[in-house]
Amino acid sequence: MELLLDSLFNGVAIGSVLLVAALGLAIVFGLMGVINLAHGELMMLGAYTTYVTQLIFKLPILKPYYNSYIILSIFFAFVVSGVVGILLEKTIIRRLYGSPLETLLATWGVSLILQQFVRSVPLAYGTGLVISLIIGLFLPTTFPSKIKESINFKYFKFSSWIFAALTGVLTGSVISSSVSKLSRASARNVDVTAPSWMRGQVEILGTAFPKTRLMIIIITLISVIAITLFLNQSAWGMRIRAVTQNRQMSDCLGISTEKVDIITFGIGSGLAGVAGVAVSLLGSVGPNVGGNYIVGCFMVVVLGGVGNLLGTVFASFGIGIMTDLIGAGRLLSIWPDMPLPLSNTINFFATTSMARVMIFALIVIFLQFKPTGLFPQKGRMVEN
Amino acid sequence: MSLSKIKFNKKIVLSFWIILIALIIAAPSLLPVFRLNLLGRYLSLSIVALGVDLIWGYTGLLSLGQGIFFALGGYCAAMYLQITSSSEFPNNIPEFFALYGVEKLPFFWEPFRSPVFTFFAIWIIPALVSGLIGFLVFRNRIKGVYFSILTQASLLVFFNFFNGQQKLINGTNGLKTDVTELFGQMVGSESMQRLFFWLTAILVIGAWFFAKWVVKGRFGNILIGIRDDEPRVRFTGYNPVIFKTIIFSIAGGLAGISGALYTVQSGIVSPQFMTVPFSIEMVIWVAVGGRGTLLGAILGAVLINYAKSLVSEALPASWMFIQGGLFILVVTSLPEGVLGWIQGDGPRNALQKFGFKRKIETYPSLEINNKEGNNE
Repeated sequence: MELLLDSLFNGVAIGSVLLVAALGLAIVFGLMGVINLAHGELMMLGAYTTYVTQLIFKLPILKPYYNSYIILSIFFAFVVSGVVGILLEKTIIRRLYGSPLETLLATWGVSLILQQFVRSVPLAYGTGLVISLIIGLFLPTTFPSKIKESINFKYFKFSSWIFAALTGVLTGSVISSSVSKLSRASARNVDVTAPSWMRGQVEILGTAFPKTRLMIIIITLISVIAITLFLNQSAWGMRIRAVTQNRQMSDCLGISTEKVDIITFGIGSGLAGVAGVAVSLLGSVGPNVGGNYIVGCFMVVVLGGVGNLLGTVFASFGIGIMTDLIGAGRLLSIWPDMPLPLSNTINFFATTSMARVMIFALIVIFLQFKPTGLFPQKGRMVEN
Repeated sequence: MSLSKIKFNKKIVLSFWIILIALIIAAPSLLPVFRLNLLGRYLSLSIVALGVDLIWGYTGLLSLGQGIFFALGGYCAAMYLQITSSSEFPNNIPEFFALYGVEKLPFFWEPFRSPVFTFFAIWIIPALVSGLIGFLVFRNRIKGVYFSILTQASLLVFFNFFNGQQKLINGTNGLKTDVTELFGQMVGSESMQRLFFWLTAILVIGAWFFAKWVVKGRFGNILIGIRDDEPRVRFTGYNPVIFKTIIFSIAGGLAGISGALYTVQSGIVSPQFMTVPFSIEMVIWVAVGGRGTLLGAILGAVLINYAKSLVSEALPASWMFIQGGLFILVVTSLPEGVLGWIQGDGPRNALQKFGFKRKIETYPSLEINNKEGNNE
């Protein structure tokens, strides 16, 4: 019983990291058909946001609130990655709708640039840049409608960008002068330390669970519930689903598909940022941290069936539990006296990397029988 | 795909070939050893780029896993070289086995004692593996993006496998070839490297003619048909699975040859050949050079890699920015690649934008329609 619980918990913990990482991808890929290879790098941005938030909360003014930084950084990470995603959509992805292979190559280019950006630009100025992007993109939308409709709106927009740039430079230099760790560019990995209330372990049913793992499960749970509610209950969620089902018809009925695209991509990217917070709690954060997750995320989405959040949930927990079963060699402890050749095989695969080999091989075999995943979309097109 | 509008006459073609062959023969004496070695490596990479062009440019299958077959070819060559020059080590097996306490040669190394077997293994093993992967995927009509993701996943499977198995193939350290011997000479020596350069150059030209032959005629037409409208090809009575499997396995074989040549010239084969970025780079060479143009694939591979080494020597940090920017630029503004842009109406359209008038060939109204058609 204890063994089963242990295995289940470990599996759920691995699966929830996968799930929160794949959730954004499931939305962007499943609903928009965009292969976002920069998704891992958006996660990395989220992880770095956590790191920057942590260092800023160590400043004397904010020191009393240090313990709550992790909660705030979830919000910040969502905004940072979301804004970078929106910028990406506005500049590149928009030109490439309908040709997923092209988006794949272009976003790979973006991911290279983002990786090198983190390596060679000091984080303080990176933060400043992101802040100016946020202001520049969102300030014009808050203007009163009288200004928005006036013929001089472009000048207002332009001046808001100038204001944004100035604010960005100012915050960048303030941060770099007050936090010395952020003022120099470095390619080294950094560490996010969890606040004291998140360290240690919790005992549930006689087994000790690390609190950070529980935190990740909670983050995942909240994200899944929030995104499901958003898609199914809100007006914009309905518009997103409508555009997914039939873009042209939705356009005819007066839904601004352009806005829907931006919102969908922004939310998908923002969720990548939230995943980045979860990832930063697990280990050190470096420019390559996203690359470790991206292929796993795609496998989750493909296995679950495209355009289906329920499938994504099942697939990620399934993969998580299988990884734990194979990687830790748990089958041997469940059935200790199995025949020798079988136990040798299981031992052969009982490492993290070999478990990955096994899992991917199993997924490829599974797709032989259900090529469209666990919960396929039904259709009568010849392409389906 | 518009055909080349520039018709070369025979004399120009002949003199082009003479100059090319003269350059290949003279290159070892013109270039310093270091540069020659780099050029040889990049030429061998252009063979894998040809394979990528065949499956992506002509058949529309974007494989992100060509690194598997590239590395398999490299491993085949390296295993043969290691095992033939292992006579002075204990147990007559390659040196690294002693580090892990392995005394008996793993069974799959045995056939590599034979040079004939190795000669065939270098291209047949990758071709078989790619054929198998391809068949399993295509049989279920998995295509487009799903195909790309699955090939990437298989790449990771192979990477993790090769990376983790120290006792079988030296794991993450890879197999060194530069201190091994072939025909009584060190593989890393200057004279051998010169031979490898010539071999590579000949094989690149051979592979180019082979690829041209493959895409010519009916077979090539079916490939292009699959790229443009696969259901229609199927309804016409052809089975796309067979054609896709064949072309994917041809590309795998080419990747294997390329990997073997690259290995002997770079002196090592390691699981690094199977990393995700390297396989995507192969696609980018083709995308920049011009997909659907075989020459574009070769030029793209050689020139981008040369640019990479030059830029990385001067400004190490900036290459990632340049590479990333190049991807985005090519995908958004030059979807046909550089050569495709030249062969299409690119230069003339560009000149027109700068105010140079276009020469009108027929009626002006037809010309305008035609121009819009090209821009689509």
